[in-house]
Amino acid sequence: MNNLIKGEKYDWEMVIGLEIHAQVKSNSKLFSSSSTKFGSSPNSQVSLVDAAMPGMLPVINKYCVEQAVKTGVGLNAKINNYSVFDRKNYFYADLPQGYQISQYKYPIVGEGKVTIDFKDGTSKDIRIVRLHLEQDAGKSLHDQNPSKTYVDLNRSGVALMEIVSEPDIRTPDEAGMYISKIRSILMYLDTCDGNMQEGSLRADVNISVRKPGDEYGTRCEIKNLNSIKFIKQAINYEAKRQIEILESGGSIEQNTMLFNTSTGKTRPMRNKEEAHDYRYFPDPDLLPLEISKEEIEKIKSSIPELPDELKNKFIETYKLSNYDASVLTAEKQTSDYFNKTINSDPELKNHAKIVVNWITSELFSLLNKNNQDLNNSPVSPENLGQLIKLISTNEISGKIAKDVLEDMFSSGKTARQIVDEKGLQQVTDHGEIAKVIDEVIAENPKMVEQYLAGKDKLLGFFVGQAMKLTKGKANPKMLNDILKQKLNKKN
Amino acid sequence: MSKSSLKQTLKDLDTKKISIRELNQDYLKRIKEKDNLNVFIHFSEENVLKQIDNLEKDNSAKKLKGIPIAIKDLFCTKSMPTTAASKILENFNPTYESFVTQKLLDEGSIFVGKTNLDEFAMGSATNTSFFGNTINPLSKENEPLAPGGSSGGSAAAVAADLCLGATGTDTGGSIRQPASFCGVVGIKPTYGLCSRWGIAAFASSLDQAGIFSHNVEDASILLQSIAGFDQRDSTSAKVDIPNYFENLDDDLNGKTVGIPKEYSIDGTPLEISQIWEDAIKVLEKKGVKIKNISLPHTKYALPTYYIIAPAEASSNLARYDGVKYGFRSDEIDSLDEMYENTRAQGFGREVKRRILIGTYVLSAGYYDAYYLKAQKVRKLIADDFNKAFKECDFIVTPTAPSAAFPLNEKQNDPIKMYLNDVFTVPASLAGLPGISIPFGKDKNNLPLGIQILGKHFDEQQVFNAAVSLERSYE
Repeated sequence: MNNLIKGEKYDWEMVIGLEIHAQVKSNSKLFSSSSTKFGSSPNSQVSLVDAAMPGMLPVINKYCVEQAVKTGVGLNAKINNYSVFDRKNYFYADLPQGYQISQYKYPIVGEGKVTIDFKDGTSKDIRIVRLHLEQDAGKSLHDQNPSKTYVDLNRSGVALMEIVSEPDIRTPDEAGMYISKIRSILMYLDTCDGNMQEGSLRADVNISVRKPGDEYGTRCEIKNLNSIKFIKQAINYEAKRQIEILESGGSIEQNTMLFNTSTGKTRPMRNKEEAHDYRYFPDPDLLPLEISKEEIEKIKSSIPELPDELKNKFIETYKLSNYDASVLTAEKQTSDYFNKTINSDPELKNHAKIVVNWITSELFSLLNKNNQDLNNSPVSPENLGQLIKLISTNEISGKIAKDVLEDMFSSGKTARQIVDEKGLQQVTDHGEIAKVIDEVIAENPKMVEQYLAGKDKLLGFFVGQAMKLTKGKANPKMLNDILKQKLNKKN
Repeated sequence: MSKSSLKQTLKDLDTKKISIRELNQDYLKRIKEKDNLNVFIHFSEENVLKQIDNLEKDNSAKKLKGIPIAIKDLFCTKSMPTTAASKILENFNPTYESFVTQKLLDEGSIFVGKTNLDEFAMGSATNTSFFGNTINPLSKENEPLAPGGSSGGSAAAVAADLCLGATGTDTGGSIRQPASFCGVVGIKPTYGLCSRWGIAAFASSLDQAGIFSHNVEDASILLQSIAGFDQRDSTSAKVDIPNYFENLDDDLNGKTVGIPKEYSIDGTPLEISQIWEDAIKVLEKKGVKIKNISLPHTKYALPTYYIIAPAEASSNLARYDGVKYGFRSDEIDSLDEMYENTRAQGFGREVKRRILIGTYVLSAGYYDAYYLKAQKVRKLIADDFNKAFKECDFIVTPTAPSAAFPLNEKQNDPIKMYLNDVFTVPASLAGLPGISIPFGKDKNNLPLGIQILGKHFDEQQVFNAAVSLERSYE
């Protein structure tokens, strides 16, 4: 087992479960018709229901229900024909009703699972306990006035899906992969915009540590983490904290923790004794939610191809590795880009691995460097396809292609235009290459001697010299072959 | 005091025997005379005159055009403040109109004022209001009587002839019991018949709007006006609303009435048993078959109600927190203090008592023993009625275990107060329609009420039986 972390005295295993809160992508709120648009001026999207005025009643937004069912299907989960909305009672300034409408005993979606894929080609299932629908709270703004707290209710009542996992996660990386996978599925389904910065997707992390083979330890819950980086940091810090306590003979208190993103530390928010008694009970303003088999089937049939299906299709059609295929399908925009690229020329289908590499390493690094997104990449899939075609037909070398891609990225020109304008076609003429090699051999007699005396490493030197003379345009394989041939003849 | 009926007044207006202005000025005069009864939390003559002005300019035909109606101050209204008789909503002015009051406005009725009630409809004597007691108009001098509750203001408004009808809400008897105490007709329809949208909630699964009127015919006219489906209330029923008044039929020949034996309770005053028997005799004479039925879980209805209603109330009243609207305490140094002091100072004793009970029965460790069990018993009580209604068309019982009691009696004994609901609560738990009509008097010449219960959405049968009994009594 390589998932263990070392303490001072023992090896420890982390046991992690996630509760992901994903904002449902919908135009209006879960129980009112107010807009859900992000970033509008404070309290401009608040209906009488959202503000909990006397006598106001919730009415379920059917679209949000469909979105939840869709998501359930995407998580390979059981859809419940019967579910119930409950009230979770607690006081907070940004919770106008004094309770949150949520689902407690009877969630809309039951057990499911998602698969995460590792670099070494293996994969692992993370089981889902449930998905339920609930209202988001408003926002308390503590930094607008030195002595006052302001409340913005725009978010109050927006639909959330809470996705609860089993404690199947064992490392911070797995936690990151799991949340990425969930995010990916939601975005393929178009049920959540996946925007972690805006808080559309956030997670509470439950974590405990144990010696391998032991029972689960006492867990702590870290609240409201909104980036994968913070999730990993928080888990690492919290695991270390727990291990230190346990190794020095202490015991873990079941606390709710907050993570400070600037110090990278967790601190307790409340302990078990201070835990709220939410007094859940079925909301008498709402009837139980019943969804017929037909409705579920109808929603199922509207679901697009999901990352895992697409991954298997890529593996089968293009003989890609599990890992490559999972990277390609992690985000819908990537798999869309790949599909467009590889279909831009029939020839490319035989070079799928090259296409993957050019997208996921060369293009991605350029996009990263320029802080750009694949969705508005200056290099279109068709143009990238053309570039790869030039490589696969030996018209240009891979090395030159990198320069060409950079040029395409900044100028917006096609690969063909750049290669023609700059005369970058690969030299594949045997005579021309042989002539250059002869020149290099003639100019470096001492090196040739050393090489022949057994210093094989010098081959690289000759290749480099020859490439220099051809401005990198010589076909590398031909160059190599001819060089070896000529040098060996000298022997 | 000769009271003109709604039916007659509509005719008089139609034939121009009387104008809208004359009619309402008559009522305005009486309202001012009877100021001592403390019927209204909000009354503004100016506001009434403005409504008259507007109606005089309006040439369209409207069913209730010009009819003076009193509104229980639990219904949110745009033109008048809405307090729920609580300090916590003392200066609250809704920007919206409840479904029920909007329907009445659409029909052209005039709102004479907002009537007093027990705070958030929690009480049986209209004595928990932040705005003081309402006095039963039937009181003798120096012996003020309670009008019943929680809709005591509305019942008193009709009894004192300050309007031709009034709205009420009934959660466990809050229309039927005050109707009985004040000697007027009060109907609580089937749960879901009238939208709850815009009514400050007490117990959502029980709250239902209804009507007070001088007689059954008037009640049938007014109920039709406020009933109907509303998509803004998920518990509102999609049913056709018949023309109750046109369909009124006092011929009960061949019908069967159920008489539940569990409603004979030890300690019930003889007069009450007497009027119950009288009503049965009248029905028998009219060719109604008398069927003794059993509703075996009746004795659990009161405790069940006093678990479920406070549980829902404890959550429904959480929104009154001083953050958004209504009263906020001045003495606040933290968010927690704002909640504590606002709610401690904003709610009265009875409301606090029920919030505490409700919070307790929903708490971890008690939920199963109280709330969950109460829900199961509620189902059994509903099943009792379903079974009974296979054998009878309607059920007749007394409305309340006593006539109107002195104003300050039972004030400090909540259990005694809660016992007032003993005959009305079972039908509330089952969501059934029920009406109370005046039927006989006690030894002090105070009115007593008979309750008629019907099947779900069979308000017509309830009205028919009621009108039949009423006509035979007159």
